[in-house]
Amino acid sequence: MWTMDPLIGVEVEMVDNAEMMMGTPDDDGRFGSFGGRFVPEPLIPACLELEAAFKDAWGDPVFVEEYESILHDFGGRPTPITFCRRLSEDLGISLYLKREDLAHTGSHKINNVIGQALLTRRMGKHKMIAETGAGQHGVASATAAALLGLECTVYMGELDTQRQELNVFRMELLGATVVPVTSGSKTLKDAVNEAMRTWVTQVDDTHYCLGSVMGPHPFPWMVREFQRVIGDEAALQSKELGIGTPDYVVACIGGGSNAAGMFAGFADSTAQLIGVEASGGAAITSGSPGVLHGMRSQLIQDDQGQISEAHSISAGLDYPGIGPEHAHLADIGRARYEQAGDDEVLEALQLLASREGIIPALEPAHGLAWILREAGRGIPKGSSVLLNMSGRGDKDVAQVLSILKGRP
Amino acid sequence: MGISLSERFDALTKEKKKLLIPYIMAGMDDSWLDIVEAVIDAGADAVEIGLPFSDPILDGETIQEAGLLSLANGTTAFSVFAELAKRSLQVPLVVMTYYNIVAHSGHERFAGEAAAAGITGSIVPDLSLEEVGDWQDVARSHGIDSVLLVAPSTPHERTREICARSKGFVYAVARMGVTGEQGALSDDVHGVVSKIRAVPSPPICVGIGVSTPEQAFDVSREADGVIVGSALVRKILDGEGAQGAHAFVSSLREAIDR
Repeated sequence: MWTMDPLIGVEVEMVDNAEMMMGTPDDDGRFGSFGGRFVPEPLIPACLELEAAFKDAWGDPVFVEEYESILHDFGGRPTPITFCRRLSEDLGISLYLKREDLAHTGSHKINNVIGQALLTRRMGKHKMIAETGAGQHGVASATAAALLGLECTVYMGELDTQRQELNVFRMELLGATVVPVTSGSKTLKDAVNEAMRTWVTQVDDTHYCLGSVMGPHPFPWMVREFQRVIGDEAALQSKELGIGTPDYVVACIGGGSNAAGMFAGFADSTAQLIGVEASGGAAITSGSPGVLHGMRSQLIQDDQGQISEAHSISAGLDYPGIGPEHAHLADIGRARYEQAGDDEVLEALQLLASREGIIPALEPAHGLAWILREAGRGIPKGSSVLLNMSGRGDKDVAQVLSILKGRP
Repeated sequence: MGISLSERFDALTKEKKKLLIPYIMAGMDDSWLDIVEAVIDAGADAVEIGLPFSDPILDGETIQEAGLLSLANGTTAFSVFAELAKRSLQVPLVVMTYYNIVAHSGHERFAGEAAAAGITGSIVPDLSLEEVGDWQDVARSHGIDSVLLVAPSTPHERTREICARSKGFVYAVARMGVTGEQGALSDDVHGVVSKIRAVPSPPICVGIGVSTPEQAFDVSREADGVIVGSALVRKILDGEGAQGAHAFVSSLREAIDR
């Protein structure tokens, strides 16, 4: 079956879902043994309502067209693919970047929030709540809410509000209310807890705009679908640019939304899919199965099942879990998950800036750090490598400055 | 072995006795077991024993605070079971925790050690109707009844299914919100109780936000029992100890027997 993709303006092939590697989860929201809907009963009806609303909207050409036209006119899509000429020469590979850093608000987060804000309106709700770690998803949510005239409240760990003062102010400029979360470890996982606790009390008129491919069904699936535009665009562009199917498709992973969106475009191709976690928050490579925030997935936890805090240089990757579909892709061997440490990430950031004129966010710098480490080793010379440049580095410049200045 | 939750509650309900279930966070205080004994002496029909979890999404500030204290004291599920096993408590004990604590131990081990400690009921709020099956089967094989929740937002047919599956009692969530004290009962109480009354169910116990003897009295006019958590935990956090807990639970007992 062929259908017109209004965003790209060319015909794309629709693959029968049952045959797809990253298709729809089962009725209980499972990807293999991961996913599900582990939330208290008061929230179950809201999850069921959301699932029905999303299925209905995503099958409605009018909804899809509005989503795609906003991403085009307001969000700046499609984002280009950039060939890194000098770094490719240095490394002996062909390195390409999918430039989500050029999307409005500076990261891929806009794709998801436009979809969920439209869905909020479609469900007849007028308020959105969101959690944020570094502030990217909070800023994107506030942006989408402003665009569509929704009230927006963002929950942010108190420690993160102090570390990301400018993003707090950005959200306020955009008309959102930022609530510092003082419970637990006062970081992202606690912001998610608090957003869920609040959602219970206002579920009638409020949508919880979750920022990643995590949480109870249908969030991991819905957010991936709203992010798959990254991978679908990139797959088409790769063909148009004569890259064909890249040998490697690489993305950084916190909760995993930019990676899920990117992988969705290549899951049924021959590309090797590589997710790169921060070594201080590596849920797949260092974690074990468990249940948190409504999903069964891989988690960083202690020997009693208490959830640990994640620590890395990048607040956007400091999440002790990972989207359940990634846990499944790892399980079946379709994607591989690697780690990058703070030091090599800082070096990668500086190298991309000075060699290619692009200051990456610390998150995608993890993907680049892995590529730099493996080029000519795990990645054979001559390979084509596509990295999802999920966000721009402006938000991190002050932090990088203080680290580099403080270094011997 | 413990005292069967479903048998005891069915018998008491047949005698038209109202059920009182105080909640205590295990390990929040060195004397928590003395407090458990005190609330039983004051007239509790069962005691809900909370096991701390790092990310309790159905709990408000008071129980979060107690949970953090308990974790800081080094409490684990198995340390709690070991301590409970040393006492002979004359009412059913209902363990309340989040699913990761159960899943991490493994259903079989958790249920086995809980049962050996005298636990005969479980409340795992993040195990919904769709997810509870595996745990419920293992729990039952160890004599543990799994209690399910009905919320103000639960539709009629779902309420029927939940009540058919819930064992021991059904936990009627008194408001759309997390645990915590409140000045006045939510209007949701009446709705949720009458919704459950419309279908076959085990005894109906109302919890979340029932804070005072007066509120407990009001709830007990409609429901079969009341669960009081945060208000009691607050008194323990404030240092009132076993004596304060005894006095408070006695006043709740007196109110619902009025």
